[in-house]
This record gives sequence, C-alpha cells and structure tokens, in this order.
Amino acid sequence: MAESSLIASPPAERLSVEPLPAESPVARLRWAVVSWRLAAAMWMRAAMSYRANFLLTSVGSLLATFLDFLVLVLMLRHTGRLGGWTLPEIGLLYGTSSFALGVADVLVGSVEGLGQRIASGTLDVLLIRPAPALSMVCAERFTLRRLGRPLQGLLVLGWSMGALPIAWTWPKLLLLAALLVSGTVIFGAIFVAGATVQFWWGESREFQNAFTYGGATLLSHPPGIYGKQLLAGVTFGVPLAFVNWLPLLYLLGRPDPLGLPPAFELASPLVAALSVLGAALAWRAGLRAYRGTGS
Amino acid sequence: MDTSAGLYLAMARGSFRRYSTYRVATLAGAFTNTVFGCILAATFLALWRARPGLGGYDTTQAVTYIWVSQALLVAVAAWGGGFQDDLQARLRTGDIAVDLYRPVDFLGWWLAADLGRAAFQLLTRGAVPLVAGVLLFHARLPHSVLTWTLFLCSVLLAITVSFGLRFLVSVTGFWLDDSEGLRSLMLVVSMFLSGMLLPLGLFPDGLRQAAQALPWASLVQVPCDLFLEHRTGRAAVAALGFQLVWAVLLFAAGRVAQSLATRKVVVQGG
Repeated sequence: MAESSLIASPPAERLSVEPLPAESPVARLRWAVVSWRLAAAMWMRAAMSYRANFLLTSVGSLLATFLDFLVLVLMLRHTGRLGGWTLPEIGLLYGTSSFALGVADVLVGSVEGLGQRIASGTLDVLLIRPAPALSMVCAERFTLRRLGRPLQGLLVLGWSMGALPIAWTWPKLLLLAALLVSGTVIFGAIFVAGATVQFWWGESREFQNAFTYGGATLLSHPPGIYGKQLLAGVTFGVPLAFVNWLPLLYLLGRPDPLGLPPAFELASPLVAALSVLGAALAWRAGLRAYRGTGS
Repeated sequence: MDTSAGLYLAMARGSFRRYSTYRVATLAGAFTNTVFGCILAATFLALWRARPGLGGYDTTQAVTYIWVSQALLVAVAAWGGGFQDDLQARLRTGDIAVDLYRPVDFLGWWLAADLGRAAFQLLTRGAVPLVAGVLLFHARLPHSVLTWTLFLCSVLLAITVSFGLRFLVSVTGFWLDDSEGLRSLMLVVSMFLSGMLLPLGLFPDGLRQAAQALPWASLVQVPCDLFLEHRTGRAAVAALGFQLVWAVLLFAAGRVAQSLATRKVVVQGG
C-alpha cells in the first residue's frame, strides 16, 4: 500500500488506494513532518502526566551518557593518549557522535518499536490513519527526556573545542555545523533502515543496536585503533565513518588510516542525502512486503 | 517441600523454553553483543598496548575481560530487564493481583522464571560472543575444571544478586505507579559499578574501593576475575562469599519490600 494514498484531510473522502496526483513531493514531506509533530506533542503530554517518572528518566538519561564519557576520562587518566589522540581530541569525537546519535534518537529512534506493533497487529491501525505511518512510528512514545544524551554531547563538544589549540574560524565552525547535521541525518537513516528489517524478521530489534549505539561507541574512539577491514566496512558499507571520523580528520589535520582521497572527508552531506534515499527505499519496500493479519 | 521444588523447577524450565522460541531476537542480540565486543576489545588492546599490565591484567586478560563481560551482559541483566518487563506490565494491567493470591511465594515465582531466562541466555547470547572472542581476538579460556566450576557458581550468584536488585526496583511500582524512571537510573549505576564499562581496578582510589564493596561488583567484575584466574584459591572463595552475602541481604530486603507492598495493594475489581 502506498503511504501517499493516506495523506491529507477528510479521510472519509479519500478511500481510494491510488496515489493522489495533485500532491507534490514537497507538500507530502510537509504533511509527514506536521503529522510527526502532532503525534509527538500528544505523546509528550501523555509522558508529562507521570511527572516524577519523567524527572527521574531525564536525570537517568543525562547521567547515563555522562558516565560514558567518564569511562573515556578514566581510561585516558592511565595512558594520556589513546591511539595517539589526546583527551580533548577524543572529546571532539565523543561529543559529535553522541550529539548526532542523540538527536536522531529523539526524532526517529522510536521506529525500533516497529516489530512489536507488527506482532500485536497494531501497525494496521497506523496504516489507516490519514498520516504517513513512518511519521507515526517515529513519533511513538516521543519524550524530551531523551534529550539528555545530545545535551551532554554538546557540553563535551564545547569543552573540547575550548581545550584544543585550534583557532575556531568561521569555515571551521561551518564545517562542524555541517558535520552535526549530516551526522544526525545519517544516524536517523540507520535507525529507519535498521527498523525496516523488522518487516521481515519481527524480533530483530536488537540487530540495529549494533549500528546505532554500537556505531556511536565506535565513533567515540580514534579510527586508528581499529582494523582496516572494519574501517572500510563503515566507510563503504554502513556509512558511519562519515558521521564524524572523516570530517574530524580533516578538521584536526590528521592522516586518514585508510589513505582515502581528501574528497571523502568533505562528502558527509552528500552521503547523508544518499542514506536518506536508501532508508526511504528500504521503508517503502518493507511496507509493501508487509501483510496485516486482519486483526 | 518436594512438590514446591518441583514447581519452581517447572517454572524455570517453562521460562527457558519461552525464551528459546524467540530465535531471531536471540540471533540479533548475539550479533549485537559480538559487534560491541569487537569495538571494545580493539579499544582495550590500544589501551593495554600503551600501558601493559594496567589494573593488574595482562593484554590477553584485558581482551578476554571484554568478551566475558559481553557474554554475561544479558544473562545477569546488567541493564535490567528479564522478569522486570513482565512484572511491570502486570502491575500496569492489574494482573499482579492474580499473582499475589497464587499459592506460591511471589518472590520465588519470579526468581524461578528469571533463572530459566538467564540459563537460556547464557547458553546462547553468552556462548556466541565468547566463541567469537576466542576466534577473532584470541581470548583465553581457562583450562582448569576448577576455574570453570568456580566461574559458573559465581555466575549463578551474579544472577541472584542481580535479581535481588531488580526485584527491589520493580517492587517500587506498587508505590510509584511506574517504576520505569527508577529503572533507568538503576541502569546507569549498574552498568558503571558492575565493571561492565571498565574493570573496577582502573577506577581512581576511593571510588574503586566503594565500587568493589557494592553489590553491583557481583554482576560482572567478580565472575570475570574468576574466569581470568585473576583471583584464585582463597581470594576466589572470598569473592563467592561476597556475592553470597549480598544475595542474602538483598533477598531479605526484597521480602520486607514485598510484605509492605502487598499490604498496600488495592484490587479495584473489574
């Protein structure tokens, strides 16, 4: 079933399965974003009715990610450097990957609950709503408590920027901003593409954690400590290296362990756009392969 | 006595079989544990190459530590879960009332279920990363039967200590309506203080001693040390004793919490 048939206002008049030709891709995208926002606001209100709980999980989320960085600090306390990188440099890696993963998680991370919806038969309910199913699944159980991770990533990033002997000129700041946006988009695409696997293997939820949370762990360490095959895999396979490794190698003027042409270090926005395209195609294929149980 | 032992055994067996039906989930989870193992093992290699003998472990031990901790992660539920998901769902729906008037001990019922789950996950999500670690990173398996025996005893105690902690967290659901918030705080504490993220020996003074005395050390640090033969002989026995003491204390606390909670339950009918 094409999502586009479910778009737009009074649902009663729009029961035809044919896509509506009048709607431009831009209008459809806008509607997808608007419906995400509406659903997210609803879930947020629901979460706020358990106030004590909201507070505790927010603090928990902030502390959890803080400990991640503390582990790096404790490691570096013993050695001074890891793979030749100093703590502020590693802080740059950690801050950027944590921010990108965190924002992507807040925006679309809930998509990983897709398998449960399929198992319980409640995905069908979303498919007959006059809003894109992907927006609904991504906004599910949206809550701002997960902002702890990106917030903490930003704090570490700010500290590292101050601690590094780098003059932060406008071009460099622009590069950093482009890195954060592209990185977030790449992680978002990985979340969606990973969840799409659940259309075929409903219980495979944890599979994508290897690439999302595992990816963020990978990217908070210098690339040089990993094997060449792994580096090639996250450059040409799952494009994790473009989230922060490659642009930061450029920013810090460090050599690329794979010796790739310098164009790779600036290709993140392009790779981000391609990842979104890939994820969108995967989602469409998954939705088409999906068969409801009629429940 | 005999019948009740049989009952708990049946409960554990049923739980084991229940988890064994989630084949894809098990496979996906084992894959993820292995990927994390690869990432963290590379980090530890870089760290120990810079400072050999860090924390009293040689490089092989350090790499093996990562793989054993990944193997234990789900079985000892270092980040929560297992029976907690079921118990909390039943608290929300009110089905918990049914559990409370069963002619079975409430705590024992859930412990049996959790042990069954842990056994399955140890055999699958424990074995896969460990084998991967041996093949990919030359993690070292102990040769002595005694070490394996001590390790398995320690894992059993680790699961019971973890159960005691998680039970206390979930029981707060009787008062808080939703113990999800407390659970996420507990996850943080547990991952850090269990030695899952970093061996406790690498912590700075003060924090190290505190972490080594707290119950979370029983979850990952103690079984790993026994596996690595980092603690042997009398020290190994002391380590098991440490776990046992915490298991007993936490069970006692769980009992008290349970009796307070059941007094508080109001069945709304319907």
